Amino acid sequence: MPAVNETIEAVQSVTESTYKWGFETDIEMEFAPKGLNEDIVRFISAKKNEPAWLLEWRLRAFALWKTMETPLWAAVKHPPIDFQDSYYYAAPKEKVGPKSLDEVDPELLKTYAKLGIPLREQEILAGVEGAGSTPAEGRMPIAIDAVFDSVSVATSYKERLGKEGIIFCSISEAVQEHPDLVKKYLGSVVPQGDNFYAALNSAVFTDGSFVYIPKGVRCPMELSTYFRINAKSTGQFERTLIIADAGSHVSYLEGCTAPMRDENQLHAAVVELVAMDDATIKYSTVQNWYPGDAEGKGGIYNFVTKRGACRGARSKISWTQVETGSAITWKYPSCILQGEDSVGEFYSVAITNNYQQADTGTKMFHIGPRTKSTIVSKGISAGHGQNTYRGLVRIGAKATGARNFTQCDSLLIGDLCGAHTVPYIENRCMSAKVEHEATTSRIAEDQLFYCRQRGLTQEEAVGLIVNGFCREVLKELPMEFAVEAQKLLQISLEGSVG
Amino acid sequence: MLRIEGLSAEIDGKEILKGIDLEVPTGEVHAIMGPNGSGKSTLSYVLSGREGYEVTGGTATLNGVDILAMEPEERAAAGLFLAFQYPVELPGVGNATFLRTALNAVRKGRGESELDAMQFLKVARQRMKALSMPEDMLKRGVNVGFSGGEKKRNEILQMAMLEPSMAILDETDSGLDIDALKIVSDGVNAMRGPGFSALVITHYQRLLDYIVPDRVHVLMGGRIVKSGGPELAHELEAQGYGAIQEGLPSKHRFDGGEAAA
Repeated sequence: MPAVNETIEAVQSVTESTYKWGFETDIEMEFAPKGLNEDIVRFISAKKNEPAWLLEWRLRAFALWKTMETPLWAAVKHPPIDFQDSYYYAAPKEKVGPKSLDEVDPELLKTYAKLGIPLREQEILAGVEGAGSTPAEGRMPIAIDAVFDSVSVATSYKERLGKEGIIFCSISEAVQEHPDLVKKYLGSVVPQGDNFYAALNSAVFTDGSFVYIPKGVRCPMELSTYFRINAKSTGQFERTLIIADAGSHVSYLEGCTAPMRDENQLHAAVVELVAMDDATIKYSTVQNWYPGDAEGKGGIYNFVTKRGACRGARSKISWTQVETGSAITWKYPSCILQGEDSVGEFYSVAITNNYQQADTGTKMFHIGPRTKSTIVSKGISAGHGQNTYRGLVRIGAKATGARNFTQCDSLLIGDLCGAHTVPYIENRCMSAKVEHEATTSRIAEDQLFYCRQRGLTQEEAVGLIVNGFCREVLKELPMEFAVEAQKLLQISLEGSVG
Repeated sequence: MLRIEGLSAEIDGKEILKGIDLEVPTGEVHAIMGPNGSGKSTLSYVLSGREGYEVTGGTATLNGVDILAMEPEERAAAGLFLAFQYPVELPGVGNATFLRTALNAVRKGRGESELDAMQFLKVARQRMKALSMPEDMLKRGVNVGFSGGEKKRNEILQMAMLEPSMAILDETDSGLDIDALKIVSDGVNAMRGPGFSALVITHYQRLLDYIVPDRVHVLMGGRIVKSGGPELAHELEAQGYGAIQEGLPSKHRFDGGEAAA
């Protein structure tokens, strides 16, 4: 596969810094006062011109949050977070309706360019009039929503998707334009009081993406959101809601980056997916938040709640994640398999290098009969990294003939890191079948030597072996992102051997 | 040409090679024979730069270039190839991916242009056909689930693709049945010519019936104790290593001469 060579080239092109997305954009910003209280919640809601019901919804979440405690059961360590020492709203000052790229804040454009967003999409994202009606020739268009700190800056290809009846917009816009859908589904998969960070998100979420795919429609392009934390001392709390109506199909991708900073920044997102009869949602994440420096200073706390409900018969939700960034990752994309014959999948690669910590996995709730789930988790630990797979497979009494297959593989590089596997299996159904396989291995000296004798450098060899280890997960990613992910894997592990 | 002078090396403080002198001129194939523990594999690892083997004295040059100062991958680019006694498994890494990555790494190191996927496949298919390897071996993980014979053929395929100027074959005959032995030998013989030399390490004379060497060297106790033409291999087969040991001055004996042979 040619991607391996691209991986190698990518690494060679990275000369100065291993985290090349660590730049900061100097843009005029608007902030809410620091700290968190009811007034801030009201401020955010007012800023977004939200209806009364949503403000009430937020305030209820805030009230719940105040009664909750920080979860401590995950195998991660961090000093207590001062929730009053953060900004909960930061947005680029608005400039509406530029006629061409010349009128767009050049700093914003530079940011898009550095993030690797193609020019055509940059134009559309910047809201240039007339852009986005036709995709660039010769390649598959990707519709992109970009969330810059608290606000979705723009969404591309909206018109084209609109012809199919597809709604792809920021959640703030959806609240205004499609209030019935938002009201019906918001919090229906992850309720306000679900957990500490979900409650926090429900109170102060600022933006995120909204997707609705109507009955029987197969979304003609990949939908994608780029999340970017830019401002200092800012938390990012985005909320994503995707609804796939009966017989529809959608593939959604998210990518994330942040500047390099000495402080830890909080990212507490909530993602809710709803799949009706025969609908399929494929949700892919390439998470590359700033991981902190080699001594473990700085980096993003990535505390995220992601859950999908397979409400309809034969529906399918597939999570694929490549987690290379963040100082701490706390994340369990899950599936509630209600509809009969519904399918849940979780494919994960998590890398922890230097002082990164990851406690990640999934929960598969088998409720309907003949529901099926597959879990493939690949954890890679290097440096002082700590990597935990934590997963739950729960099979209810009515889930006759349910099946689960779980495979957890850990790869250790060096002798200062750790890999942990914590699988929970709860089965209340005699006819269900549950399988769990787990392995832990090291990159062996003889594998490295074998590769080097064939002409590969040490780092190329590590990249090749790690990519081989993750192959089952990477092949689930859409092609373009698989290449990106392979590069990231290798860059994340730079300097881990030797 | 490979020139080794006074090469000594140790592992974990234990001296294994005790001053090896050996010259393999361009275009020639030499065999190294010797009993277990005589330092045959150590010699191949020291020459190819494996970690953990410390050179304590002497020199080794390939085509006039000092290879001992190079990283393993630089030695590969300089034209050195080692066919492993125990080829290593790389799970999840496709054989084609590995071959192409290696080939392009080596070509780059030699200042040659890289091959694209189509050019690569064309060459790989040709070479595989010559080694009676089914094409689906390109799709399988590197050496994963390969039989002993398949692994050795895969080594020869890599050699044929990388086109080294100096190949070391470390007990390539071990674990091969007679048919596979013939195929592997044909693969090596096909490369013989003015730009290719090889050092064939083996226990048995059997392999040397198929790959007929220009010279045979006997390695015992970390030294080359005897050299001769191809007939030396037959002599060894008939008389065993013991006969040679008895004919040596005590300091050259396999056990270092401290105990009676």
